[in-house]
Amino acid sequence: MTTSEVIGSSGRIRWMLSDVVTVTWRNLLGFLRIPEALFFSTLHPVMFVLLFRYVFGGAIHVEGTAYVDYLMPGIFVQTVCFGAVATSIGLAEDLQKGLIERFRALPMARIAVLGGRTSADLVRNVFVVAIMTGVGYLVGFRIGTNAALFLVGALLLLVFAYSLSWGFSVVGLSAPNSETAQVMSFPLLFPLTFASSAFVPVSSMPGWLQAFAAHQPVSLVVDAARSLMLGGAYHSTSAELQALAWCVGLLAVLVPLGVWRYRRTA
Amino acid sequence: MSEAPAIEANELVKVFDKGKVRALSGVSISVERGSVLGLLGPNGAGKTTVVRILSTVLAPDSGWASILGHDVVKEASKVRQLIGLAGQYATVDENLTGRENLVMVGRLTHLNRATVRSRADELLESFELTDAASRPLKTYSGGMRRRLDLAAALVGRPPVMFLDEPTTGLDPQSRQDLWSIIEGLVKVGTTVLLTTQYLEEADRLADRVVVVDHGRVIAEGTPGELKADLGTTVVEVTFGDSSIADDASTLLQGLSTRPILHEGAALELTVEDGPRVAIEVLRTLDAAGIAVGGLALREPSLDDVFLTLTGHKSDDSATTAAAAAKGAVVG
Repeated sequence: MTTSEVIGSSGRIRWMLSDVVTVTWRNLLGFLRIPEALFFSTLHPVMFVLLFRYVFGGAIHVEGTAYVDYLMPGIFVQTVCFGAVATSIGLAEDLQKGLIERFRALPMARIAVLGGRTSADLVRNVFVVAIMTGVGYLVGFRIGTNAALFLVGALLLLVFAYSLSWGFSVVGLSAPNSETAQVMSFPLLFPLTFASSAFVPVSSMPGWLQAFAAHQPVSLVVDAARSLMLGGAYHSTSAELQALAWCVGLLAVLVPLGVWRYRRTA
Repeated sequence: MSEAPAIEANELVKVFDKGKVRALSGVSISVERGSVLGLLGPNGAGKTTVVRILSTVLAPDSGWASILGHDVVKEASKVRQLIGLAGQYATVDENLTGRENLVMVGRLTHLNRATVRSRADELLESFELTDAASRPLKTYSGGMRRRLDLAAALVGRPPVMFLDEPTTGLDPQSRQDLWSIIEGLVKVGTTVLLTTQYLEEADRLADRVVVVDHGRVIAEGTPGELKADLGTTVVEVTFGDSSIADDASTLLQGLSTRPILHEGAALELTVEDGPRVAIEVLRTLDAAGIAVGGLALREPSLDDVFLTLTGHKSDDSATTAAAAAKGAVVG
């Protein structure tokens, strides 16, 4: 009467994917239904581009390339990292409004609530990176390597942000409401994105900070993105490999952590 | 093989906040297939906790429960295929349209696309939401939202439905509409567990009523049995005007087990044996030459039952309007 009585394991995986797609679809529709939020959340990183390109950029000296070229890979990474805050806010909101309660009483795959949320945020990040590439071109950014390597770089930073989304799902599920989820997220992201190579060379920082800034994952992902998008003096196979390792490692840790937190959420 | 009850709970205990709040201290209930159980109690009595455990959302600290013979903890995924949950906490997505919400729940219930579509149309039609189907939920009235919420719970045609305070905060017309919908469900054989603070609601919809207060069951039975347990009947006598009622009140004093309630031109006597006292009333008044406008016997309301059992009045017994206003704040 309701659903098939016995589902084999292949059937279970099929339904799991179907559930993730359904929840992703629902979250994407949510973005479209609040176009103001979509517009301003896209405008925000564009302001950052303009700010660093025209206000701070003149005072920042980088080796071997124009600052705008140095800046854009950093801005991409910073923007998609901040996109992970949306994951925590979205989940806190669903929890607060009782939607997760409904999901829990449905025969859907448990993982779909988190899978659908993080996937929707990934789609949104793809959209935002595309827009920002366009904006970057308008303010003088040029790819130093080729389109294929540029896309590989974009893919890498999107995967990194996706893994962060799973980490921030823990924040969202632990917060009493969406406003708190937001303020809880920023202290985690500020040091990671600003004490990094995203906007200024790490060598310009004091020694004690360099030790952190040079080795933390955001810097490595930014360096890898520069390597793939700019090449030349910024080419670094080591940064590319380390960034990839961080992505794999973070996914391996943060996905189970998110799932564990979700199961514990009453 | 004897058939398992639709819903069974045995000695459910749930403690929140590391032992500080004892939400349930041993609640047992059993609901026969195709019947409606009203879980009645004031705010904070533990009604919602019972529903959350039975709908697999929350695990009990001790005790067990089963739906159509399937354990809610060990066979949670099977149970989720058998139940529908609607009410104050399970909700709908306000960014989606009415139809999108139903499609989402249908897909997550693992119905195929064609079935989901026809089922959504059918539910929108029967809940009178077809015109609003393509509007985001944000634009819906409170009554429409509840109807959609209920529709969403029904997409998979679950044989067991949990309705957690389905009409809290609704205006009287919307409550009537929802009641008709729930009565429709019962007609097609759905087992319903309904929590409510409204005695009137339990009286109208439930076959059996379980009264909970402070996390335990304090009474159980059909609405009629619960009222009969009070052992009293109310005799209402009306007169031409208030002064006649005054005179009659003095004459009839001895017949009522409690002080006579005097309201305008009407008197209310609380008695053990309704019919006998009614005859006595008429004889006494006739002998005194007092004309009687009308006489009625009525059973005590569940309100009276509740007051007797808990020692406090049901939170929302005053008026529907006051209850609705309160529900809006609480819910």
